[in-house]
Amino acid sequence: MSAALLSSTLGADVNVAQNVAFYIIAAVMVWGAIRVVTTNNVVHGALWLVVVLGGIAAQYILAAAEFVAVSQVLVYIGAVMVLFLFGIMLTRATIGSDTDLNNKGWGIGIPVAAAMLGVLGYVVLDYVGDDVLVDQDEARIAITTQSISDGYLGDYLVPFIALSFVLLAAAIGAIVLARKD
Amino acid sequence: MYAANFLLLSAVLFSIGVFGVIARRNAVMVLMSIELILNSVNLNLIAFALMNDNVDGHIFALFVIAVAAAEVGVGLAMVLMIYRNRRSIALDELSEMKG
Repeated sequence: MSAALLSSTLGADVNVAQNVAFYIIAAVMVWGAIRVVTTNNVVHGALWLVVVLGGIAAQYILAAAEFVAVSQVLVYIGAVMVLFLFGIMLTRATIGSDTDLNNKGWGIGIPVAAAMLGVLGYVVLDYVGDDVLVDQDEARIAITTQSISDGYLGDYLVPFIALSFVLLAAAIGAIVLARKD
Repeated sequence: MYAANFLLLSAVLFSIGVFGVIARRNAVMVLMSIELILNSVNLNLIAFALMNDNVDGHIFALFVIAVAAAEVGVGLAMVLMIYRNRRSIALDELSEMKG
């Protein structure tokens, strides 16, 4: 009853469970992102970043992008976060709260971020308005892992090979930079 | 679900990441804020793929994930090198190249 009422308020094709999951995960993600940029403890910041990245993976699943969601978990939560934690441990003598993590003029970031949010929000609402997304089950027919691989080995083959050279160069560059002479 | 949901969420995450890049003094925290920005862009690409029922957004998102991984690797190597030379990674102290 209440679900039918909610979906009639929101629009004809609105999936209520999907919406509830979206808003819960979005609230957790926004809180985690705010903690990442405001916490006084670098390690806590990295762990809040894990929350945000996991929430992004959950949003990908809500948006019917399972392959990208699994890649996100593998690459970000698996590899990048380990790199970050090693970076923190190798560059800090003490683990704990730090008082000088912010710049002197950090307050100027608030109006800049607010102005950017205002412009982006205005553009998004002006462009899509109250368009309703296609239902997931229809979307899943068109976008599959097979079609992603067809894209990579078809139209996007040259950028894909170029990207593998970028990764190779980055790995070699990181080794050269971090090597002790 | 409204198409604007994903786009507004990623706008909020993008703005928080921009605030972090401006406000933070620690180089590792700035790199984390850059990760927030890249992830919000990825969420946008996935939402566009869903709106247009087209696979290109997923392919671009995977490209962005790979480039972000390379960026973090090189960035943290640079931070480690700066830390070894100066015993500090405060970005406002890096002024050797100032004219």
